[in-house]
Amino acid sequence: MVTGFPVALAAWTLLLAPLAAAAGIPLLGLHRKRLSASLAIGGLLVPFACACWLLLHTLQGSLHLPLEVKVSWLLLPDLAIPFGVLIDPLSLLMSLIVTGVGSAIFIYSTGYMAHDSGYSRYFTMLSLFAFSMLTIVLANNWLELFIGWELVGFCSYALIGHWFEKPQAADAGKKAFLVNRVADFGFMLGILALWAHSSPLAAERTLNYQLLQTRLPSLLQSGWLSHETLVLTGLLIFCGVLGKSAQMPLHVWLPDAMEGPTPVSALIHAATMVAAGVYMLCRNFWLFQGAPAVLETIAWVGGATAFFSAALAVVEPDLKRILAYSTLSQLGYMVMAVGLGGHVAGMYHLTTHAFFKALLFLAAGSVIHGTRRQNIRELGGLRRSMPWTSATFFIGALALCGFPALSGFFSKDEILVLAHEHNALLYWIGSVTAGLTAFYATRAWCVAFLGQAPEHLHAHESPPVMLIPLVLLSVLSIVGGYLGIPAFLGEPAGAFHWDVAATSLAAIATGAGLAWLIYRRKAIAAEAIARRCAWLHRLLVNRYFFDDVYTWYVEQVQQRLIAGACALFERFIIIGLAVNGLAWLTQLAGRAIRRVQTGRVQGYVLGFCCGIIALLYLAGRF
Amino acid sequence: MPTVVPVLAVLLLAPALGAVLLCAVPASRADWARRIAVAATSVSLALAVWIVFDYDRATGGYQYEVLIPWVRPLGIGFHLGVDGMSAVLVLLHALCSFTGVLISYAIKERVKEYYIFYLLLITGVFGVFTSLDLFFFYFFYEMAVIPMYPLIGIWGSDVKEHGVVRFSKEYAAMKLTIYLTAGAVLALTGLLWLYVSSGAGTFDVVALQHHLSAFPLDARRQAMIFPLLAVGFGVIAPLWPFHSWSPIGHAAAPSAVSMLHAGVLMKLGSYAIIRLAMGLLPDGAVMWLPWVAALCTMNIIYGGLVAMAQKDLKLIIGYSSSSHMGYVLLGIAALTPLALDGAVLLMFAHGLMTALAFALVGHVYDETHTRYLPELGGLGKSLPFIATCGVIAAMASSSLPGFGNFVAELLVILGSWDRYPLQAILAVLGIVITSVYMLRMVRGTFFGTLPQTFTHAQDAQTFFARLPYLVLVAVLLLVGCWPRPLIRLIDVSARPFISTFAHPEAIRMATTTSSQPR
Repeated sequence: MVTGFPVALAAWTLLLAPLAAAAGIPLLGLHRKRLSASLAIGGLLVPFACACWLLLHTLQGSLHLPLEVKVSWLLLPDLAIPFGVLIDPLSLLMSLIVTGVGSAIFIYSTGYMAHDSGYSRYFTMLSLFAFSMLTIVLANNWLELFIGWELVGFCSYALIGHWFEKPQAADAGKKAFLVNRVADFGFMLGILALWAHSSPLAAERTLNYQLLQTRLPSLLQSGWLSHETLVLTGLLIFCGVLGKSAQMPLHVWLPDAMEGPTPVSALIHAATMVAAGVYMLCRNFWLFQGAPAVLETIAWVGGATAFFSAALAVVEPDLKRILAYSTLSQLGYMVMAVGLGGHVAGMYHLTTHAFFKALLFLAAGSVIHGTRRQNIRELGGLRRSMPWTSATFFIGALALCGFPALSGFFSKDEILVLAHEHNALLYWIGSVTAGLTAFYATRAWCVAFLGQAPEHLHAHESPPVMLIPLVLLSVLSIVGGYLGIPAFLGEPAGAFHWDVAATSLAAIATGAGLAWLIYRRKAIAAEAIARRCAWLHRLLVNRYFFDDVYTWYVEQVQQRLIAGACALFERFIIIGLAVNGLAWLTQLAGRAIRRVQTGRVQGYVLGFCCGIIALLYLAGRF
Repeated sequence: MPTVVPVLAVLLLAPALGAVLLCAVPASRADWARRIAVAATSVSLALAVWIVFDYDRATGGYQYEVLIPWVRPLGIGFHLGVDGMSAVLVLLHALCSFTGVLISYAIKERVKEYYIFYLLLITGVFGVFTSLDLFFFYFFYEMAVIPMYPLIGIWGSDVKEHGVVRFSKEYAAMKLTIYLTAGAVLALTGLLWLYVSSGAGTFDVVALQHHLSAFPLDARRQAMIFPLLAVGFGVIAPLWPFHSWSPIGHAAAPSAVSMLHAGVLMKLGSYAIIRLAMGLLPDGAVMWLPWVAALCTMNIIYGGLVAMAQKDLKLIIGYSSSSHMGYVLLGIAALTPLALDGAVLLMFAHGLMTALAFALVGHVYDETHTRYLPELGGLGKSLPFIATCGVIAAMASSSLPGFGNFVAELLVILGSWDRYPLQAILAVLGIVITSVYMLRMVRGTFFGTLPQTFTHAQDAQTFFARLPYLVLVAVLLLVGCWPRPLIRLIDVSARPFISTFAHPEAIRMATTTSSQPR
């Protein structure tokens, strides 16, 4: 049995080691590249070891979960906010993903970013990100979660804009942060509402997960927390997920975020941060459970995002953006799973997705590193020039499609089974999306990796430091389905449904087959289809016009109309009319009264006489 | 509590003595002038830090008191003392003036005269935060306002658009001085009225408060005096719609003066509202604060939107300051311990953040000779250190967790949630607006391609040049990451202060019967 100090030490190290690395890099010198990288990697491998140690003891039964360590961060008579580490199977699994996949990506980064001038800045932000993400994962209360939530947003901003001289990168970072801020407006209000309704006594209000969970039934029963408020709170909190996990209609920042370095896309915009929304839903599933209306909304938003984003990936020529749309679509699956009541299925898919999507992104990064291109139309025949990269990309693509026996197959199947039981329409949407997934994955594979290499393409295989993480993640993508993840989360995988599996396999085969015919065999011309369905093609190429509408709103309505009107009001009404008007009146009065001071005695005598008469008249009246 | 050295008197006199010493320095020895100013503010800073650590949290109340009777027949005496709230503000001012003196190294002309006025300004603000006598409070208040006139008029800069002057520095200096003095006179009227009608025959705040708690002033009289104080001091706070002096004043002032100006001077108004208007007229406060709560949302939202439309860096930060002071006023108006804790902490955090921002803009202006957003860009390449601090300032302002501003605004919002839910929601919206204009500013100044003309811009290179920025960033982070000690210090005084107010039910009745906005 392990208890006490070693466990607490492991828990705190798990959370704080990356922070120490993030602080250490700028303090010890930004010019020392090797030191920066070693600190960052060490600052993530140590927590990974801690998480493994905790896992080992949990599996052996010598450690009882959940366990909690905390210090009080704010302590006032009517507000106590602890900062703590809560370790249960869910957070342990997630921290293993963050530290494990993260370590692979950190190591890969040393190769990918080797010649970058902002090398140390990059690793500082990466370490800070790891800390922030672990804060979300290990938080024991809503405010701590929110702190991590905002900090990952900042790290994402800084890392997307890593190459800030590039206007697109700078704009993309800003967009990501602001879209998330808009979403967090709702999220913050949700947390506030939860806090305000957590107890009828002001002094006993709390944001602690476990306390709230135990109090919830009695709060609902006593009527202090009405059902309507619960629904509203749930929806507001879900707003946060719309931003962080890039669900429709706030998904627009994620494709643009691909301007960042590719390892960042792999870590933040595929494996961990964007999954934070799903994790938050699973973490606090008890809250949403009581509000079926919220769950239904969540399921539909997820389903819509899954389908519509997958459709966008079909026409996208940029390799990284294809993967970004794919990420959106897979996140949609996860959100849908939670909405259908299957938080374990959602977490399961989150885990396998973290493996195979990080793999795909890193492989794409290897392609970009080796060819300096990322438009698939300018690529081709990479299978021969970059064998390792191609092989690992192929494994990742298979897992993404849900090819039988690979990790993606099992987790996606769980979600489809769930949909099959609860919501027929969402089930069909999910299955069609599986077909679309196979289509765009096959398209990317055929165009970029097969066929003839275009002229002037000088591809070379990446260094081992980048290939080893690829191989490790490939192994995980293959075996991820056999690790017993659902059982670890306390809900063993359900029986295998042959009908569901058969349908999804048929969808996958259709999608992959069509893509093969169009892009490999060239039996059907892609251009002909585009011409035939011109309106659909236009809709997809313009990303359903979301960006155009938002840009119009931000530039014309928000900046020019609202802010512009306020600025004009300020300039002309407050400053011009009220303040300067008053000054002008004062001057006018001064000028008018100055007229009286003529210096002519006759005038003064006249005034004096008029005064006397007026006084006499007044005296006579009273 | 008895102390061997009158800490507060030394803290207050150090900059004044520095100013006097400077008069004797030959005008050609700019280096002496700088050293004297650094030495004087260092003494104050060291004492302020010591006070914050040493203040006895268990006892609370006013500590380090100094009382020298002066005009006995009128009840005027030189009375100094700090409680938890003013101790935090004294520390804020000490930090801002120390870093401001370092930033002032960029001033190259009439250095001696500059530092004389600057040290007088510093003395005045210290005086306001430590005075416990109405007469000296007012005296120091004017002492803090008047030096602004020469400081802006002589060492300031015009606000330009496309190279065309929009506001001249003379206009800004005159407007600021007249506006603030007019407000001060209004407040003075209120203070004298209060002095006369209390019948206590003393200007001593502590004695007056004692007297008024035993023989409370008629509620109607309080309701008449309170607006004079609230508007008079509200002008400098700056309460909407009396804010228009501030962004222009910030923009025209030299950077180090803007630092004190936005960092500390604005806090004089909200501090005076807490200490005098609310402390002496509790019933008047209960009646009028809902109006303040309504107006401060205009500060937050309207100020933010105007900031969004600005193109001069200093005007953006200027309107941002007026927007964020709205949170302070909301925290004050909510009349709960949490919100007041938040308000005072926000005065501290916002003061440091805005001082940092003005210092950075000053550096950018010195290197590029422009503050006009469309002409800037890409400076992150040539000014990496300044750009990093710029991102930090922007993030602190948009209340990113980890900075004091987050904790403070959170407390304000939590504390005002029950009484003013609508205002609290708008306050959350204000955070979104802040991040819009702050990121726009960072994007336009530091990111993107570097124009050819700015490739020779110099970063802050030496440790000494970086010191002021590092100090401000470090304190902001320290308070944000570990807010407990400072909040405890504020709470020691804020909680008993709020408990003297009428019970919430009575407030609610008062607000509904007088049919004022909620």
